[in-house]
Order: sequence, then C-alpha cells, then structure tokens
Amino acid sequence: MIYITSAVAAWLFLIGLYGVVTSRHLIHLCLCLTVVQASTYVLLIGISYRAHAIAPIFSDLPPTTPAVDPVVHALMLTDIVVEATVVALLLAITVQIKKRTGTVDPNHVDILKG
Amino acid sequence: MNERWRLLLFVLGALGVAALYVIAFIALPGPDPLRDRYRLAINSRTVPEHNATDAVTAVNFDYRGFDTLGEEFILFVSVMGAMALLRQAEEKKTIELRDAIDASRDVPGSTAIRVWVLAMVAPKVLFGFYIVSHGQLTPGGGFQGGVILATAPLVIYLGAHFKLFKKIVPHTAVDVAEAIGVAGYVIIGMLAFFWGGHTREFLTNVLPMGKAGSPAASGTMPLISLATGLEVAAGFSILLYAFLQELLTKEKPSEQPEQRPEGHA
Repeated sequence: MIYITSAVAAWLFLIGLYGVVTSRHLIHLCLCLTVVQASTYVLLIGISYRAHAIAPIFSDLPPTTPAVDPVVHALMLTDIVVEATVVALLLAITVQIKKRTGTVDPNHVDILKG
Repeated sequence: MNERWRLLLFVLGALGVAALYVIAFIALPGPDPLRDRYRLAINSRTVPEHNATDAVTAVNFDYRGFDTLGEEFILFVSVMGAMALLRQAEEKKTIELRDAIDASRDVPGSTAIRVWVLAMVAPKVLFGFYIVSHGQLTPGGGFQGGVILATAPLVIYLGAHFKLFKKIVPHTAVDVAEAIGVAGYVIIGMLAFFWGGHTREFLTNVLPMGKAGSPAASGTMPLISLATGLEVAAGFSILLYAFLQELLTKEKPSEQPEQRPEGHA
C-alpha cells in the first residue's frame, strides 16, 4: 500500500525537527525547516497515489484513462515555490540577527535584553 | 533550558508522535468508492469542459483558483518582508565592494563560466516562457516557469558582475512587474463580474475555451499563468537583488564622525 511513503514522510519530519532542535547555526536551522516541509510533500504524493493510474496529464492519452488525484498535486506544486520565498525571508532575518547580535548560534542569540 | 533537557523533551515528543502516527495509519479505512469521487469528477471534466489536458494546472487556476490566489499573496508578502529586512540606504550612500570572485575589476571571472552563461541565457528564457505559456497542456504553469525565468538574471550575475545584473533587472522595473503580476490575477478574476452570464462569481472562467492542444485554450487559464509567471520571476529577482546588494555593498563612512557625548562625570 502506501505505507512506505508515509514512513519516509514521518522519518523526514522527525529528523528535520531533530535538526532544528539541536542546531547550532541559524542557516542550518532554516534548511532543516526545508527538510520538514519536504516531508509534507512526500506524504501528500503518497496519499494521492492510485495503483495502475497515470499522471493527470491527458495530452497524449485519452481523457478517460484512470489518473491519480490532481488536487493534491496542485496544492504541493504552489507550495514548493512559496516555501522557497519563505526560506528567503528566514535567511533575511538571519542576516539581520548577525548584524545586530554578532552571532548566528541560536543558543547564544540574546535579543530580549532586559 | 539547556541543550540536554531540550533534546530529551524532543525525543519524548518524537516517540509519542511516531507511536500515534503508526496507530493512525493502521486504523485508516481501506479503499472505498467514496474516496475517489472528487478525483473522478475532476479528471473526467477537465478536457470536455475546459480543453485543458493538464488537470493539475486546471485545478490550480480554475477549479481551485482562489486558493492559488492566496498562495500568490503569501509569496508577495514574503518577498516584501525580505526586502524590508534587507533594506539599505540609497544608492549614493553605498560603495560597492569588489566581487568575491575577481580581484581586479577588469576580469569578471573564469572564461568557462562566461562561455557557459552565454550559451545558457537564451535557452533559459525561451524554456521559461514555454513552460509558462503551455501550463494548461503539459506539466508546467506560472509557478514553475517563473522560477526558470528568474534563474536567467542570476546566471548573468555569475558570469559577469553585479553592475550588469543591476542594469538588467532595475529595481523599479521588477517592483512594477511583480505588482502587475499579482494585480493581473485579481483583475482577470474580476472579468467574471462583467461577462459572467448568470453566475457572477469571482474567478469564473469566462473567456472562450479554444481548441484542445493550443496554447490559447482554456479561457482565462493561460492569462492567469502568464500573470503568475511574471509575479514569481519578478519576486525571485527582487530577492536576488536584495541579497546581492546586502552582500556586495556597504555604507560609505560619513564625512564627519558624530561627536559622542562623553560619559557622565
């Protein structure tokens, strides 16, 4: 069934979160968030899969061939591009943190000064 | 809390999540006909109704066009946020550092890169426009094609220097282009208010459907695809511009150093 894709998605999610929790560099942290997002894509694709069905493109095959679910593919597709810009926003925050506090170690960033 | 406790808390949470996940997947119901209703409904209707052979783009820009508009706004706002965070003083107050690649200004990098860039720019632009305009026929659409188009200025920066990049993507031009992209989507959606017939809902597909297999098919879909491609390409170019400017320029030291008031006596 679709167990293997769900297992891969769970593994990516947990290992990405582990990277975020134990990270010591903010850029590494942003990229671990990317890994967590990748896990959601894998899970969505796994959910949309049907056995012996083609991709939902009918340019060379008759429109009545059974195809997989296109809604989930559409969600995922826009999400990948939007994720890239959100990671860019996070990296811009990282640049500002380095300018203000001089460090990129999330354990030593001390923005809320009393 | 220090690192070891944080890691321990995470491991406990991860074990809990893994256990619940496995239980959830074992308890999922098997395949039943109700699960496939939406998929069958869409797959059987894209070609007869819209002459669009790519069901994914039809879902993106027609059946679920409103959700894609929301995603585009997310992209717009993140680009705006990154631009606001990396905002610098105006042009005349900054000096441009030398590019990290070349020590002297006359040699803009290795010859191999320049040759490759020269060969690749035109195919990139052409391929990007092809992917954007054929969104409803083959896998593609505004989002993917826009990203491909945005790599063209980046590759030009790699082969030449930052001044050329600034000349090719001037800041106001890409700002205006991105705004036109986002506004274009909304305006195309509002066309339905005038030509909608008996249903005047936002984002109804109201233009003629054309012939299946031609890039002008499917009514508003190629127009929305073009608007989205413009917006994504301009957005990524703005991001590149902001990051490169952050990296490669620094503020001119002011003429008179400010007089700091001396500490209290």
